[in-house]
Amino acid sequence: MKIPLRALPEVIKNLFSKPATIKYPAVKAEVFDAFRGRIVFTQSECIGCDMCVRVCPAKAIKIIPSEQTHAEKKIFDCLMDLNHCIFCGACADACPKNALESSQDFELAQLDKTKLKLHYK
Amino acid sequence: MPKITIPLGPQHPALKEPENFMLVLEGERIDKASINLGYNHRGIEKACEERTYIQDIYLLERVCGICSHSHTSCFVGCVEEIAKVEIPERAQALRILMGELERAHSHLLWLGVAAHEIGFDTLFMYTWRDREHVLDCLELISGNRIHYAMNIIGGVRKDINAKQKNEILKRMDILEERTNYYVKLITQEPTILARTQNVGLLPTQEALKRNAVGPTLRASNVKSDVRKDDPYLMYDKLDFKVITADSCDVFGRVFVRVFELIESYKIIRQIINYLPTGAIAVKVPWKIPEGAAVGRYEAPRGEDIHYVKANDSIKPERVKVRAPTLANFASVRYMLEGGYLADVPIVIAAIDPCMSCTDRSLVLDGEKTSSYSWNDLRLMGIEFYKKKGIDFSKVKI
Repeated sequence: MKIPLRALPEVIKNLFSKPATIKYPAVKAEVFDAFRGRIVFTQSECIGCDMCVRVCPAKAIKIIPSEQTHAEKKIFDCLMDLNHCIFCGACADACPKNALESSQDFELAQLDKTKLKLHYK
Repeated sequence: MPKITIPLGPQHPALKEPENFMLVLEGERIDKASINLGYNHRGIEKACEERTYIQDIYLLERVCGICSHSHTSCFVGCVEEIAKVEIPERAQALRILMGELERAHSHLLWLGVAAHEIGFDTLFMYTWRDREHVLDCLELISGNRIHYAMNIIGGVRKDINAKQKNEILKRMDILEERTNYYVKLITQEPTILARTQNVGLLPTQEALKRNAVGPTLRASNVKSDVRKDDPYLMYDKLDFKVITADSCDVFGRVFVRVFELIESYKIIRQIINYLPTGAIAVKVPWKIPEGAAVGRYEAPRGEDIHYVKANDSIKPERVKVRAPTLANFASVRYMLEGGYLADVPIVIAAIDPCMSCTDRSLVLDGEKTSSYSWNDLRLMGIEFYKKKGIDFSKVKI
């Protein structure tokens, strides 16, 4: 059965309904708890096992010995290249000490490429 | 009337990805059509051989943006078969849940694209708005809208809690109501019927002869679905129907996909209501023993096939991907021939083509066959680009 202008009632209804889009960036976009954003690094937890480097599919992460000297234990810095990172969170999963974690931070666009190379220390 | 050959693509407003169709026209009718692939070759299979199994999951996820979970599930299934790992029931259920959500998102996206191709942009906007609900469900579970990164070898990465279940069920109610509206719309709106009925005909015999897969084959009245024919994960325990249409045209393909949406919602509800308890993953060693496996998976676009060969190391020896679009391209040629030029966009869109999925085939041209090593190919590439004025010889790999 053909009904001409079948979509018209829906179109009229939608003229008066709230827009489906949100007014980002005027209104902050909300993400879910499970969201995988920028990886954050906790230096005190890192043992330098390099598991994150081995699993990273994009070769975006590097763990290097820290310049700071500490008497009791070795400490490490994390070099994170957001140019390469695909935000899969594989490094956070592989970390045996939970030194790496996915954060909710997603506003990472930069005009300067060098700002995308993060040095966590 | 003289015949005119016109190229459609690689850059063309009707195509969302680059691919070339050479159409020989006689007036407005298409006399002959041919398809040229290869504009989107990314060398993913070769790249897989140089990465570990864990890294390959994330790489293969990027074979396709829409059916990302399908490709990883298929690959991970093959690896688990070689390693002789049985994954927990809860992990199987969660993989199906993601797979069906992905099917819903793919079909809603396709319905919008098809509506756009026939000039019905109102429907395009409505379906894409509703698709946000599915994407929300996917982000809710996995943390990402498109590349979910849900699979690991031995199970899944993220579990689902009671609050998430309620959120998903709430969205399923909205989607079901909307899909029922689309069912009425596609069967009653005269403009949709006029643009889809008796367009891009593919009779059952031709579909079988040309090895069509997925919704394209089911729209030609063949009851074929890997989920029923060769059940993987725990599909054999679920209650759902295989949707077919006997009209063998574009309308049939719209019909099949819209009703498959309803079946997908049914499966999602079953999974959420009867989710098995237990672990979500088992530990699998990095090193995979020697062996080979072929995996079949019903992706939203049709049957996806992966072949993995392992050689007792942490990297696979060979990975082969056969995406569903490649299987459907042979039918596109048949569908185009004899049709009108104005119907070309919708006929191509009707198979839900994904060009970047497809472009990994190797064409051996007749008798002129020879084999190249990886280094030979690299030298050939450098020579090719040198002629165009770009020198890659100093780039180190």
